[in-house]
Amino acid sequence: MLDIHIQKQLGHFRLDIGVQAPAGVTAIFGPSGSGKTSVVNAVAGLMTPDQGRISVGEAVLLDTSRGQNLPVHKRRVGYVFQDARLFPHMTVQRNLEYGGMHDAERVISVLGLQELLDRRPAGLSGGERQRVALGRALMCDPQILLMDEPLAALDAARKAEILPYIERLRDDVKIPILYVTHDVSEVARLATTLVVMDQGQVATAGPVDEVLSQPRAVPLVGVRAAGAVIMTKVAGRLLDDGLTELAFSGGRLLMPGNLGGLGQVIRVRIPAQDVILSREAPQGLSALNVLPVTICGIEDGRGPGVAVGLLAGNDRLLARVTRRSLQRMELAVGQEIYAIIKATAVGPEDVGH
Amino acid sequence: MTASLGPEEWAAIWLSLQVALVATVCALPLAVWVAYVLARKQFPGRQLLNGLVHLPLVLPPVVTGYLLLIIFGQQGPLGAFLHSTFGVSLAFRWTGAALAAAIMAFPLMVRAIRLGIEAVDPGLEAAAATLGASRTRIFMSVTLPLVLPGVLAGTVLGFAKALGEFGATITFVAAIPGQTQTIPSAIYGLLQVPGSEPAVVRLVIVSVVLAMGALLVSEWLAHRMARRVAA
Repeated sequence: MLDIHIQKQLGHFRLDIGVQAPAGVTAIFGPSGSGKTSVVNAVAGLMTPDQGRISVGEAVLLDTSRGQNLPVHKRRVGYVFQDARLFPHMTVQRNLEYGGMHDAERVISVLGLQELLDRRPAGLSGGERQRVALGRALMCDPQILLMDEPLAALDAARKAEILPYIERLRDDVKIPILYVTHDVSEVARLATTLVVMDQGQVATAGPVDEVLSQPRAVPLVGVRAAGAVIMTKVAGRLLDDGLTELAFSGGRLLMPGNLGGLGQVIRVRIPAQDVILSREAPQGLSALNVLPVTICGIEDGRGPGVAVGLLAGNDRLLARVTRRSLQRMELAVGQEIYAIIKATAVGPEDVGH
Repeated sequence: MTASLGPEEWAAIWLSLQVALVATVCALPLAVWVAYVLARKQFPGRQLLNGLVHLPLVLPPVVTGYLLLIIFGQQGPLGAFLHSTFGVSLAFRWTGAALAAAIMAFPLMVRAIRLGIEAVDPGLEAAAATLGASRTRIFMSVTLPLVLPGVLAGTVLGFAKALGEFGATITFVAAIPGQTQTIPSAIYGLLQVPGSEPAVVRLVIVSVVLAMGALLVSEWLAHRMARRVAA
């Protein structure tokens, strides 16, 4: 468990946060300028807070009340920077070995670095560079892994190339991973815990499925990005139609594409703006997925939109409708209605393993 | 016109090389330190230091030479001190020529080295620290290798400048054959004597070859640096 409690005044900007990151991926999400990178830099020791305490399990990295401040190179953090920061005058092999040889063979094979070993950073693609940077961070046997928007500089294809590696990492290594991002689909795919930051403070935090399905998370995450994440199990494949059937506590969903083998657990993000609500069971509709749900929360924000929290079985979904529809349909908490989800609303970037 | 160099010309060439070499080697550590401080540190008086370093570049060399004479001459405050304490005298000696050359070459060396240091992303040093490297190891394994081409380029440039220094040198140490007469002051002296054009031409050719060689080496190193640091 990584425990962070820090305060820092940076000009007019004040950072004041408390974050607890268990093993697994803790996503630090928020708009640019919200202080995300300062948090990971404080953990790495690249930024010294005015006051605070940072500890990993028993090891104390910083405790200003006792004047403790472990220097950067003794903190055993693996840091993957947005710009990779590979040493340009060394080969990939020497870059990897710079911090140590921990589990070298496996890291190299898992990240597919074998054929890159003799190359120099200048000759690598953006995706390859990030893979090397990740390998280098892992080979120094870190007790925490910090990733600061590692995919932000990559295009969609390169992102798709690296995401599976990070998913595998999350399930393999048993250390806390702090993952800074402003991309909600990365959160949906990777995170186990979510910390939403806003103006130097924690706006909300908790298990990713809980946080993302709160109606009040919508304005924090952004209307377009908002959407619940649910864990589902592959229940069948409709080969002729190219669809996968997913089962979860609220029923069954049909999603396009081959999403995995029978029984495999996958997580799906369902964008709030692609969920349609109906008071009666709809007839003659092209949408494949109709789920009976109960309204469990309504968040009336500014603007024309309203976020509606839905309970489907034990899982929570989120819908975003206009205030006008809400009033016309006379929706209220506790009502039993139907949620309609278009199968194509869920893109490949919203599906994780 | 004979193509071969006479003993006095050889003396001037060897003296020039000796003066330039000593000047560059002695100035280098200080130039690296000043360049590092100017590139990386923020402190009060930074602009003043920067101005002071660049002064010899913009002052008339005669003025620099005259100031050296005042400060390091037999009667000058530092000159008298050095003479009475260490028995070292600079005025009208080759050591004085080396001092003048070092001071004139210093700004060029600092500029080139500073560019090299500024081209190194401090983020790389931060990355090395997160990988467990101590300050010393970071400097030896990351900073220095990346800065080295810049340091070498600055050294070559400083050497070429020291080789050709004239104004400050002749003002400070005059042009005594075999003692302080470097290639430029030898050429200047020969030009005052009728019928010595062949000797002038020979020394001019030597000058051009040395300067050209230094510039080419410097360019080549700068090119290598650019390729190496571009990530």
